[in-house]
Amino acid sequence: MNTSILETIRPAGMTRRQFIKSIIAAGVVSSSALLYSNPVGAAPKTSHGAVERLITLNVNGQQRRVDVLPQETLAQTLRNKLGLMGLKIACDRGECGACTILVDNVPHYSCSILTHSVRGKNVLTIEGLARPDNTLHPLQQGVFDEQGFQCGYCAPGFLMSTLGYLKTNPNPNRQELAHGVSGNLCRCQDYDKILTALMRGAEYMRKG
Amino acid sequence: MAIIHDGMSPFELFRPASVDDALNLAKRLGSDAWLLAGGLDSLERFKDGVIHPKTVIDLGAINELRGIRRDGGDLVIGPMTTLSEVQHNPDIRAHFALLAEAAAEVASPQIRNQGTLGGNICQDTRCWYYRSGWDCYRAGGSTCYAGEKKEGQNREHAIFGIEGCAAVSPSDTAPALVALEARLVIQDAKGKREVAADDFFIGPATNITRLNVLRPGELLTEIRLPATWANATFYFEKVRDRPVWDFPLVNIAAAMQLSGDRISKARFVLGAVAARPWRLPKVEAAVAGALRSAIAETAARLAADGAAPLAHNGYKVILAGNLVKRAILGTKEA
Repeated sequence: MNTSILETIRPAGMTRRQFIKSIIAAGVVSSSALLYSNPVGAAPKTSHGAVERLITLNVNGQQRRVDVLPQETLAQTLRNKLGLMGLKIACDRGECGACTILVDNVPHYSCSILTHSVRGKNVLTIEGLARPDNTLHPLQQGVFDEQGFQCGYCAPGFLMSTLGYLKTNPNPNRQELAHGVSGNLCRCQDYDKILTALMRGAEYMRKG
Repeated sequence: MAIIHDGMSPFELFRPASVDDALNLAKRLGSDAWLLAGGLDSLERFKDGVIHPKTVIDLGAINELRGIRRDGGDLVIGPMTTLSEVQHNPDIRAHFALLAEAAAEVASPQIRNQGTLGGNICQDTRCWYYRSGWDCYRAGGSTCYAGEKKEGQNREHAIFGIEGCAAVSPSDTAPALVALEARLVIQDAKGKREVAADDFFIGPATNITRLNVLRPGELLTEIRLPATWANATFYFEKVRDRPVWDFPLVNIAAAMQLSGDRISKARFVLGAVAARPWRLPKVEAAVAGALRSAIAETAARLAADGAAPLAHNGYKVILAGNLVKRAILGTKEA
């Protein structure tokens, strides 16, 4: 096994993911301004209608308090401040789908929505699918059983798109589902297997 | 922790809850304010560092700008209604299917879930010279790089109405609204005015820096579809390089009133061939009173009347003719 720099400094017994999350948890309060290359001015004046910085978001069924800059995208908040690394920031322009999450059950590109605009709404990321006892969501189980993805980088986005689409059409044919997930790209070009896996997941969901 | 170099410049963000609050803010802030609808066009440009707004007014919390309702004979669509809602709304699908079809062809599912009808018709052009921050006429500079004879990269640019600027309107829904004779309600802190979709969109001859008549401090508050073209025979087609995400190379929105196979009156509008949706009055005149099958070829030849293609977009002239023919015959096989 390769020993990365991360391996050498993380406490024994922690997984890489736990270690990264612990750093994020510790760093949120003190360093949010350092995330950005541009200087952040003083706290905004309390003009009528101007947004506050410290807000509560409903993410995966939990109320999360978080300090959010006005110009911050939901993808930045979820990954860098709440430690939800499932979504990926790939193109950062709404052109690939790797950052797809659900807002009130509807798929959105989290890179292209301001975090402040989802206040009071329910945000669901890939981390919110499995049960607390780690039982996979039926859609995840379908993907697992069919081994639908090659590298898996785009998988969280595809799964969230599918989940949102299935809310509007729980029993799609292959063509319909392909159209439903047409806002997601896979650079492995693994679309055929991905569709087979997502169709399997949809079938498991219908069976409950 | 990683430094994010791709973040947007800081701005102050307002999320007013009413049209009145938004208009008062817009009046107070003047040209410092950027009105944000779905944000897909805007955030891209903020991230690219081409636009650095001091203040952003996010219209997303204004419920009165959302939704689809009946008002007398008009169908009224709030400009913050998402494209997905327009695409799936039963009333629009039943009576103004042209608009539903156009909305369904925009970008990708996620973009339609967030992008709004108002934003789709008010988005800025995709001309890459302009969007990359070149000092072209539209950006207040002194040339049009796309129209430059030897070097201009203009495959996606205009074939009509190039007066100093070859940028095109990238909207799929704008041609549909022009075909349906939509009326747009514009409000500012002093009051409201209503303009026909025909007059809302403007070309470089009218104002080379804008694609529509909205002025700073003004807000599009209603999109009204009169009964004039309800339940007409419609045709929408979008030609593009790939079936998702892409903007149109050319699109067509047509509304025809038929008695049997005879066209009594019609409106034909092309998109992505000029800075504004481009009506085809000669085609409309030629088809009035004619049999569809008899007039299709003749009308197709009139489609590109007055076109002045650039070095790399002559194909749009042929596309325009073929799309007119298909629209008249009502088939993608033609």
